[in-house]
Amino acid sequence: QHRHLLELLKRTTVHGESNSALIIGPRGSGKTALLNHVLKDLREMKQVTENLLEFFMKNPFLSGLLQTNDKVALKEITRQLQLENVVGDKVFGSFAENLAFLLEALRKGNRTSSCPILFVLDEFDLFVHHKNQTLLYNLFDISQSAQTPVTVIGLTCRQDILELLEKRVKSRFSHRQIYVMNSFDFKQYIKIFKKQLSLPAEFPDESFAEKWNNNVQHLSEDKTVQDVLQNLFHHAKDLRSLHLLLMLAVSAVTVHHPLLTAADLQEASRQHRTDSKANIVHGLSVLEICLIIAMKHLNDVYDGEPFNFQMVYNEFQKFIQRKAHSMYNFEKPVVMKAFEHLLQLELVKPLERPSVRAQREYLLMKLLLDSSQIMDALQVYPNCPTDVKQWAASSLSWL
Amino acid sequence: MNTRQQSKLIYSWYGKPMSSDRKLRTYQYKGILITSENSRTETCIQLGDFILVEGVNADQPYVAQLVDLYEDGAQHKRAVVQWFCRLEEIPQNKRKLLKREVSAQEVFFDQVLGYDTDIAAETIIKSIMVVPLHLGEELPLITLNKEQTFYVKQSWDGKCFKVLSPDIFSKLKEANKKRGVITNSSKAFIPSDIITPVKKETESVVRSATKPKNVDMGIESKHSASKSSLAKERHSQRVANNDIKTPTARKKLELNSPTRSKGRLLGCEVLGLLDDDCAAIKPLEPSATKRKVKFTSDILGSPPKIPCSNDKSKSTSETAEHWQSDMIRLSPYTKVKDFSEKDKHPYGKDDTLSLVGYQKPSSQSPVLTPRSRRTCAQKTSALIAEQISMLDQEGFLSDSDSSYSSSSEEEEDDDVPCTPEKKTKSSRIFSTPKSSRKPAVHTPAKTLKKTPLPGTPRTPRNATPEIPRRIQAAQEPASVLEEARLRLHVSAIPESLPCREEEFQDIYNFVESKLIDGTGGCMYISGVPGTGKTATVHEVIRCLQQAVENDELPPFQFVEINGMKLTDPHQAYVQILEFLTGQKVTATHAAVLLANLFSTPGPKRKTTVLIVDELDLLWTRKQNVMYNLFDWPTQKHSKLIILAIANTMDLPERIMMNRVASRLGLTRMSFQPYTYKQLQQIILSRLKGVKAFEEDAVQLVSRKVAALSGDARRCLDICRRATEICEFARQKRTPEIVRMAHVTEAIDEMFSSPYVNAIRNASLHEQIFLKAILAEFRRAGVEEATVQQVYHHHVALCRMEGLQSPTVSEIMAICSRLGACRLLLVEASNKYLHLRVRLNLSQDDVMYALREE
Repeated sequence: QHRHLLELLKRTTVHGESNSALIIGPRGSGKTALLNHVLKDLREMKQVTENLLEFFMKNPFLSGLLQTNDKVALKEITRQLQLENVVGDKVFGSFAENLAFLLEALRKGNRTSSCPILFVLDEFDLFVHHKNQTLLYNLFDISQSAQTPVTVIGLTCRQDILELLEKRVKSRFSHRQIYVMNSFDFKQYIKIFKKQLSLPAEFPDESFAEKWNNNVQHLSEDKTVQDVLQNLFHHAKDLRSLHLLLMLAVSAVTVHHPLLTAADLQEASRQHRTDSKANIVHGLSVLEICLIIAMKHLNDVYDGEPFNFQMVYNEFQKFIQRKAHSMYNFEKPVVMKAFEHLLQLELVKPLERPSVRAQREYLLMKLLLDSSQIMDALQVYPNCPTDVKQWAASSLSWL
Repeated sequence: MNTRQQSKLIYSWYGKPMSSDRKLRTYQYKGILITSENSRTETCIQLGDFILVEGVNADQPYVAQLVDLYEDGAQHKRAVVQWFCRLEEIPQNKRKLLKREVSAQEVFFDQVLGYDTDIAAETIIKSIMVVPLHLGEELPLITLNKEQTFYVKQSWDGKCFKVLSPDIFSKLKEANKKRGVITNSSKAFIPSDIITPVKKETESVVRSATKPKNVDMGIESKHSASKSSLAKERHSQRVANNDIKTPTARKKLELNSPTRSKGRLLGCEVLGLLDDDCAAIKPLEPSATKRKVKFTSDILGSPPKIPCSNDKSKSTSETAEHWQSDMIRLSPYTKVKDFSEKDKHPYGKDDTLSLVGYQKPSSQSPVLTPRSRRTCAQKTSALIAEQISMLDQEGFLSDSDSSYSSSSEEEEDDDVPCTPEKKTKSSRIFSTPKSSRKPAVHTPAKTLKKTPLPGTPRTPRNATPEIPRRIQAAQEPASVLEEARLRLHVSAIPESLPCREEEFQDIYNFVESKLIDGTGGCMYISGVPGTGKTATVHEVIRCLQQAVENDELPPFQFVEINGMKLTDPHQAYVQILEFLTGQKVTATHAAVLLANLFSTPGPKRKTTVLIVDELDLLWTRKQNVMYNLFDWPTQKHSKLIILAIANTMDLPERIMMNRVASRLGLTRMSFQPYTYKQLQQIILSRLKGVKAFEEDAVQLVSRKVAALSGDARRCLDICRRATEICEFARQKRTPEIVRMAHVTEAIDEMFSSPYVNAIRNASLHEQIFLKAILAEFRRAGVEEATVQQVYHHHVALCRMEGLQSPTVSEIMAICSRLGACRLLLVEASNKYLHLRVRLNLSQDDVMYALREE
């Protein structure tokens, strides 16, 4: 892949040949890294250095998230190309004028004389959604005609990107697709892990670097560490999540605790994996927990049908009456307040927008927690009354 | 011209008919009288005069010489003209033949046949000057009236430029002479103003009020008037008036009053020197008093000095006759000629001379020392406007006795409003040293417009769109494969288009017949992408242009718009108008102009061939763009041929309203997708002479593409990719030509589905998640599930595999990752567990991909 892309860009710069390509790969698979690496290699190549001087100065790097429509993208291109209608980093003129201007500019060049231009369209799929795909059409059209040599490179993570292109645009695209995949296996993953953690040779404190690197080597052979990594590897193969995990672990390193241990990694992994909603449940009051349990029972009884506050309150009243514990006997407004707190925490979600007419008690809701999540949360909930726990385990045990 | 739009003009014959043709019931006249309605002035244009004729572009009227005037049987006033063409009217590619810079005022004697020389007299705007020059001659550096004078050096007959034949040259000259123009070694001409006062008066009125020039004109007219008829006494009266009314102006007038008393020559000298200082760098020959007198014409012209000049004109009254001769030489052309021929004199000399000159008036006006001259001018510039208007009024008072009383009133109306603008202009002149150095002080506003002030940043408007040149020359292809790749690139234009000969011939015949007839028409061309529609049409145009060069066809204009390259359908108007006339206006205005252009018979208009690519994108809700486009060719005088290109064959029926579709007509052509044989032929024709491909390989590619889409672009891309693969492989062994294996690899690369590969490379839990989805689908029998349901299956699957079951957050992360790759279709993520999930590929594909594990 690397070689392919390198060849492609080299031809553009050296021969003045126009090209277009797409780099497709899931998130975190190193599309941008690949491109940057290729560009760096290209810059080092002697043959093209002279062209490159100018070539890289104007290297439009457009991101679909920043250039939300063609108009903005066009202005950005003009600005980055530093054409003559740029006055102090600002581009003036209407959209139509700009487009005509840029096309004219690009048309004037020919294969041999003008400077090759590389367009990098990050988040290519977002450019596809622009109106009429004007920008893409024009870019590809230029790359298919005897004008200024351009190379259009799109980066995207969507596998179905070609189906999104309009037929005319698609016809003009050269159908060069470079797929970037995380195709390594676990052994390579461990290697990457070691490489990421070990200190480089130019680290000032050599003895510490050696000690640290030895430690990393030990870690990579440690069983628990391997388990942790295996787990992560099974979840997500991209290196970004690995970096995140290591970052959590390394941030535990202090002066008194200079070396990374397996426990650190385990702790980091635990943090990395925690369930966000279950975490929220831990911080709830007993009343709120009770409401959630009531909702869970409702879900069980009615098989996931939506419920409203009144149903939850009735369920809760049943529990209280059966148990006859005065300490749980709250006023209805208080229960309502607790319920609204849950709503704000987005543990419950209304099915439709709250309207003026419908009373709040009768708004239909859905619980955003799974029963297993609730049970897990209850296990670790501090000072949970036993009868509540029992009630949670079975709604029918009171009969 | 803006005045034309502002005031209605009435055309009437001048004099009695010279001759008449009974049979044709035509009457010939020797002149036409143009009366402006709201100014009630008249201009008489006679045979042989040079005129401006309104044309396509309102800013660029045509230049012509009036040859004949007649009234035809239907009482329409007609005129026969000899055209001159501007540089803008000459095709871009022919301009190179000229091999020299051509100023905006140069025109060419038009010998192109086929232009209609018979025009309606109502299209005449006004009379102008056309001055014949020899080829080697420089254009005079300054001109009196930029819009009124043109120069002709060469003739143009549609193919090449020729030097004016002596015959024509003398004829043109004669025409000038007939108008009473005094030629000074064929270079200098007095504007007709001075000789034919009537015309001059009206001209200055006809000229728009906003033009700063016409004050000069008015004043000049006064000079001529004073020369011819006015008496000395009135002038002195005027001076007295001036002194009383404008105390601020007194200084200047005082400056001149002694000179007047001291005699004409002295006065001239002083004035000349004064002006010399003002211009600071202008070379001056000190001894030649005559020349100095010429400089005073600058004073005459430049607004700030008008008071002086006016005074001087009073002083002239003593020796009116002598002045007249000087005035003649005042014409700027001579003056500038002299400038350019003269060497520059050191400034010091001028200074001392000027000092000498100032010794006389210095007692009266110490302010006007050479040093303070500029600041003084700045100070007084604010007062100048006041002065001018004052003077004008006085001028009219004095003129009122003369025969031009009616017109002078007009002048007053026109002049007064324009003075404020004048004031600013003149003050600008003095504040910018560069422009004061310009010899064309005479028309300050004009020069300012032409030369941008130094220091002002370049406006985006005149930026030239250009990509910087590359430093290193592009490398030439080194090997056979590279050569082949270059030829296979879509951008490489082949000499001929194989397999499209029939379509080519059809389109060619269509356009050719319409061109010869001089009528308009539409043609609709459809075909799937990559079938060579645009290429064929361009080829047709190229051939037609070739034919035009060989004189087989009348010339035509070629305009191309592309729906995709427009930001808005209405921008089409703007682009067409810009192609045709070079104007830049708003879309609505452009539509009006174009409708006007195509619906009225233009005298000099060529046929226009308009290519509309990607027609379907010009669709608007009211379809007015398409309606207009197809309506124009049906107009009688439009001379418009439209070739519309789009993808769908039934576009007219599908998206167009009936009235649009009916105007499009039935001339249709559809480009069929290429068959494999045609594709093969295309590749082979491109690769002619280069042995890079195996026969079978080419056939494989073309068969494969023909089966899929018949898109020639795709075909070429595959071949190009194959050469690359071959090149990679060559590093190991050395196969020179592209074989089947390479082509197969390239095809696989382009057509293979990415999904299976993506699934195989996904992480374990992602795969389990997909399995869980499949299980849920099978359970529910619906191809849609919520995450919650899938989650239960996922946990169960994990238990079976003996893996740690993931938390809900992790599941959500997995789900969104798969969604980003579009392996799954997911809803917006705020629904959390109730998010609905659907597969973006068939279940079988997923099963196939997962089973391999």
